[in-house]
Amino acid sequence: MGAAVIVKGLKKTFNLRHSHSMKETLVWLAKGRKGDLTKRFDALHDVSFEIQPGETVALLGFNGSGKSTLLKLISGVILPDKGTVRTKGRVAGLIEVGAGFHPDLSGRENVYLNAAILGMSEQEINEKFDDIVAFSEIEQFIDTEVKFYSSGMFLRLAFAVAVHTQPDIFLVDEILAVGDEPFQKKCLAKIKQLSDEGRTLVVVSHDLDMISRICDRGVVLSSGTVQFEGPADQAVAWLRERN
Amino acid sequence: MSNSTDTYAVPGVGAGLLDVYRRRYLLKLIVRKELRVRYRGSVLGLAWSYVKPLVQYVVLFFALGIVLRVGDQIPNYALYMFSGVIVINFFTEAFSNATRSIVWNAALVKKIYLPRELFPVASVWVAAVHFLPQLVVLMAAALLTGWHPDVMQLFGAVLGFIIVAVTATGLGLLAGAINVFFRDAENIVDMLMMIVTWTSPVLYDWTMIRRLAAPWVLTVYQLNPITVAVELFHWAFWYPTVTRPVELPPHLLLTGFAGLGMAAVFLIIGQLVFRRLEGHFAQEV
Repeated sequence: MGAAVIVKGLKKTFNLRHSHSMKETLVWLAKGRKGDLTKRFDALHDVSFEIQPGETVALLGFNGSGKSTLLKLISGVILPDKGTVRTKGRVAGLIEVGAGFHPDLSGRENVYLNAAILGMSEQEINEKFDDIVAFSEIEQFIDTEVKFYSSGMFLRLAFAVAVHTQPDIFLVDEILAVGDEPFQKKCLAKIKQLSDEGRTLVVVSHDLDMISRICDRGVVLSSGTVQFEGPADQAVAWLRERN
Repeated sequence: MSNSTDTYAVPGVGAGLLDVYRRRYLLKLIVRKELRVRYRGSVLGLAWSYVKPLVQYVVLFFALGIVLRVGDQIPNYALYMFSGVIVINFFTEAFSNATRSIVWNAALVKKIYLPRELFPVASVWVAAVHFLPQLVVLMAAALLTGWHPDVMQLFGAVLGFIIVAVTATGLGLLAGAINVFFRDAENIVDMLMMIVTWTSPVLYDWTMIRRLAAPWVLTVYQLNPITVAVELFHWAFWYPTVTRPVELPPHLLLTGFAGLGMAAVFLIIGQLVFRRLEGHFAQEV
């Protein structure tokens, strides 16, 4: 029984300018690759930690500290430039509201598409469909095209699909902020339930009170490196001191 | 997902086209999504893909066959041309949409992990869905002009279809991956698509190449998998309707398998390049 998530020596660099044309690149190659074609920015630098199965871990830090980049690396949306990420079991992420939703499809079609992207089979989706819709509480609008949804409705459906994929590792990025209070409570209860079932959770949030309530452990990031790692309330305190 | 719970997976690294096969239910949903989005707000919907080729054939039949009398050199010219045109239509739609598929699906590519090969493959699939009505129109037109194919000729048509689908997938993976970094790729592909009608015997017949050029040129010409597919379609749909003697390209089935080999080479190159570049899609698209 090893760790659920192993992150080792992660480094991620982004190009700051993307709109280079083929002409510019050819000129650059012809000149013998002199200088950098684009400016670079290290979003993460030598980040290592492990998350044990069943743990609820918060990734903390101010804007631009590399939390979301780290979450994207764990979910596999982007790949590291150096270092390794290893995960054990099915990973589901709510990294951005509406990821994997198509505006021109109805809520129903989007549930199927999103759930299939997250790795569910047709049969599983059929079985869970009613539960997903019931959890989202938007039965009335399920056959409406998603582009007419409010951001709250969007979030409800997205969250409902993600939690019903029965992930072993569940990644949540700053999304609970959109829902109203009753729905937030419901989501937190669901997160608690997932955690009690022994699932691993990785949460990114700026709501420090919520984090010290639901998380076991915190990893604080700053300028792309791990600054503090320890019990969630201590991590929150550490971050507040530097505020 | 197929990951068992006691082995470690590397997030974001898949098994390429094999993953597309494993997750064919997702492929089906993406194809359905593309078709749904394409025909939203349209009354006729997919029926449009029957109307368009029908009109195209009728125009060819009257304008070229009856008014311009091109049929004096190539018998049943309208059918000859149409059987080539639908191959080119299929290839063009599949290849150019596959080239744009990653960029078009940027919203998905950026935010969530799924095997990205799904998008070019789905584009080729959608093109195949649009190819089917054209094939129906072609077969109806062939039947009206006395079509009676044998089994080998029908096999040739299937082979031709597979060659085009594999070539389009391979080139689509290649160009689709490059297009993420350089949008020039889609313009280059558009340009190639204008040329491709003329590098295959769609409007003329292959004997013209033999008459005008050296034998090795003909060999190179025949190495183009699209040319082979067009010739296989002529053999399957047009040749059985012709009453006066016409000359078919030599070793048609053998060239067919060579074409399939070329298509496979494109597929392998496309997949290799795609895998190399895939890791940067989410941050560059």
